Amino acid sequence: MLEIKELEVLVSQVRRDIVRMVHKVNSGHPGGSLGCTEFMVALYNEIMDLKEGFDMNGIDEDLFFLSNGHISPLFYSVLARRGYFPIEELQTFRLLNSRLQGHPATHEGLPGVRIASGSLGQGMSVAVGAALAKKLNKDDHMVYSLHGDGELQEGQNWEAIMFAAAKEVDNLIATIDHNGQQIDGPTSDVLPMGDLKKKFEAFGWDTLEIKNGNNLEEVIQGLKAAKKRTGKGKPVCVIMDTVMGHGVDFMMHTHAWHGKAPNDEQLEVALSQNPETLGDY
Amino acid sequence: MKKYIDQGKKDTRSGYGAGMTVLGRTNPKVVALCADLVGSLKIQEFINENPERFFQVGIAEANMMGIAAGLTIGGYIPFTGTFANFSTGRVYDQIRQSIAYSHKNVKICASHAGITLGEDGATHQILEDIGLMKMLPGMTVINPCDFNQTKAATIAIAEHEGPVYLRFGRPAVANFTPADQNFEIGKALLLNEGTDVTIVATGHLVWQSLLAAENLESQGISAEVINIHTIKPLDEEAIINSVKKTGAIVTAEEHNYLGGLGESVARTLTTRYPVPQEFIATKDTFGESGTPDQLMEKYGLNNKAIEKAVVGVLKRKT
Repeated sequence: MLEIKELEVLVSQVRRDIVRMVHKVNSGHPGGSLGCTEFMVALYNEIMDLKEGFDMNGIDEDLFFLSNGHISPLFYSVLARRGYFPIEELQTFRLLNSRLQGHPATHEGLPGVRIASGSLGQGMSVAVGAALAKKLNKDDHMVYSLHGDGELQEGQNWEAIMFAAAKEVDNLIATIDHNGQQIDGPTSDVLPMGDLKKKFEAFGWDTLEIKNGNNLEEVIQGLKAAKKRTGKGKPVCVIMDTVMGHGVDFMMHTHAWHGKAPNDEQLEVALSQNPETLGDY
Repeated sequence: MKKYIDQGKKDTRSGYGAGMTVLGRTNPKVVALCADLVGSLKIQEFINENPERFFQVGIAEANMMGIAAGLTIGGYIPFTGTFANFSTGRVYDQIRQSIAYSHKNVKICASHAGITLGEDGATHQILEDIGLMKMLPGMTVINPCDFNQTKAATIAIAEHEGPVYLRFGRPAVANFTPADQNFEIGKALLLNEGTDVTIVATGHLVWQSLLAAENLESQGISAEVINIHTIKPLDEEAIINSVKKTGAIVTAEEHNYLGGLGESVARTLTTRYPVPQEFIATKDTFGESGTPDQLMEKYGLNNKAIEKAVVGVLKRKT
């Protein structure tokens, strides 16, 4: 268990990693990565019960699946700083012959990644499958997953959401990054999705909300509350409000930085707002 | 020439069901998934004996593929079941990203492949699935020829680490291979030795090729018949060795000639040992409603069509 202050130190460093990685190759997705930083830092360092080392099957430990794979800079930074692979390897993000592909992949054998993602809408099904495997193995660990709110426009999600409730997959906690933005603009303009909480509840999920997904304490309390609600016959959904681009003022509250890299000057501004704490890679 | 006896007509999908029953009793890691087609896939016995290892996902094939990928994480060997059309075309991206690219140990088991699905018509008859699956890096593609071989293949793929596409059909066809056969993935089977022409066939067309060879013999033409149950990886040596002897080849499959077995054979031959080739396959067309026999006749997929192709290819021999 880390103190909140220690986690905040990590959050700042992870945000630096994200903008530096994306800046270096002039490509990648900073907006959603920055918005989910508190969530993923908390998940991997406070919430999940993890074994030392990495094996694909992940028996007797909690599992996490990133469905919205485009926020790979965040995923890679958190995995590296949790010890899954050398932190220096972050400098190979999106470069030729790297294990850090544009979107997460198992193909290159990067520890910490159990499924390729990026083509949206597939991670919920995979998480459900892994949760079923845990039940068959009588392994009482959790399966966590993260999905973009725009990603829920993909129909496969709703197949999985229907299935998970019907089959009482109650060892699954699916978090929705509810930032209201997607590439073409606000989700309310592109394809309004209505009340997500009511939708999940109508499908039979136990659903709770984290009102400020960029507040570490709220995220930790929310995820701990979610875990308490598992094992009761229903899958658990966490609708987590976040601000896309959080932590870099000019990237916040807009879809403009969904998939765009900062230039040299913008990078300096972004870094000045997120002090180096644990050492840049 | 070697004589093969039809031990009684059976559908290849029942071979899948029989294989699953064996796996249910012998391999505790095997789990089955189905998208509302348990009766068609003949897996009721597996379900009865292993209810905890069966997942009915409803009419949601994309979700089925993702769940299967997830079940491998935890050490299970999922066998998905639905029609070939819904096993491939409908879920190509799910297979591509979550199974093939992620190298998950999922067995995609596809019934009602090809035109012999019959009366339901072209919406359900896929003639493109071999092509779709063989194009995926790391995917093994198998199309056994009869009940016994489908059963043996089903059992064998559980021992193979990696994604597999197993294709079988709806109609009752001749069951002529040994009941106790050992199925070796990627190993072509020489069914009949010949000297004038090589016929390589897969799936339902293997029996038709044997019928054709028998008739050709009476016309003085010696046809070598090879059962290519594994389209990928292709047993290139078996094909090359045969055409070195015969100098001409006919490929036969219940699939479009674009993307099928014939194209894989042609690529092998053009790069290694070019000989004249004729294709028994559908010619870039959709199917239609009809009985299996009517459709095989109309679309040129039976023994008579094979005989004609052999006569044609022999004229091109130099």
